[in-house]
Amino acid sequence: MKFLRMKPGHGEVLIAEGDVEVREDEERLVEEFRQQLDAGMWAAVPLSGEGRRTAQLARSFAEVPRDAERVIFFPRAAGGR
Amino acid sequence: MLLALAATALVAIALLWETTAPRLVEAFERHRARRKLVVAPDYDPGRERRAEARARQLLKSCVNDEEWAMYRDLGLIRVWGTQSERPGQHDAAAGTPYAYLIYPHKPILAYLPQTGRLLNEYCVAFPDETRPYGSARLPDSDDVLAKWMALTGDERRLIGTANLHLPGRQLDPRQVRRDLWRLRQWERARTARPAARSETPPAAR
Repeated sequence: MKFLRMKPGHGEVLIAEGDVEVREDEERLVEEFRQQLDAGMWAAVPLSGEGRRTAQLARSFAEVPRDAERVIFFPRAAGGR
Repeated sequence: MLLALAATALVAIALLWETTAPRLVEAFERHRARRKLVVAPDYDPGRERRAEARARQLLKSCVNDEEWAMYRDLGLIRVWGTQSERPGQHDAAAGTPYAYLIYPHKPILAYLPQTGRLLNEYCVAFPDETRPYGSARLPDSDDVLAKWMALTGDERRLIGTANLHLPGRQLDPRQVRRDLWRLRQWERARTARPAARSETPPAAR
């Protein structure tokens, strides 16, 4: 599973990578996930499939599907002008 | 004569003082605080283009072929609304199919595809306050992808976060209607293409 983060002036950046079936990796991913949310990010998992595609917003690592290939972090939405 | 020259000089000094005084005061304050001027990083004209190229690849990998082609050709993505009652509507027309147009760094626009009626503008932004490269603004395609993920992932949450405005506040309704017309033409051409291919005799292929 890869954690990507959108960054102004750069595009996405790989911030973490690991195998959720490996305990150490999973703990590291959980910690990174929490840090990103604490930093004001939203987390989304793009869901691929036939026809229409969607994304799933995850509020905790437990909500991320175990077989997800990537989680994309992006700045939290705010009301614009 | 001398008096006139003196008066003119006084006026000139007064006008110059108005423009130079703030700079002098700031320079003095900086000197007093022993502050150093912060040197801005060198501007890299290719950075934004590289960032946008990366963002486009990420967007392409997340949305389906039709949505990607729509963005590539028209510069927008249409997302169908999924709530049984469209946002802000609790009348008998509830249940009418509605959709959103996503533009980069512009409000999300809700409309009725059947009639082309524009419903609302939802002003939403994704500012990165860490400003890693001096800007809080995501590349265009990242902004579109962020809106797309938030809309398809949790439409109600995103719409609840956005500032609601009537159509026409930021997006020119004439331009939007033109975009909707372009979208219809684009869809017509796209659906006609496979049919035309299937009608072509094998020998002509």
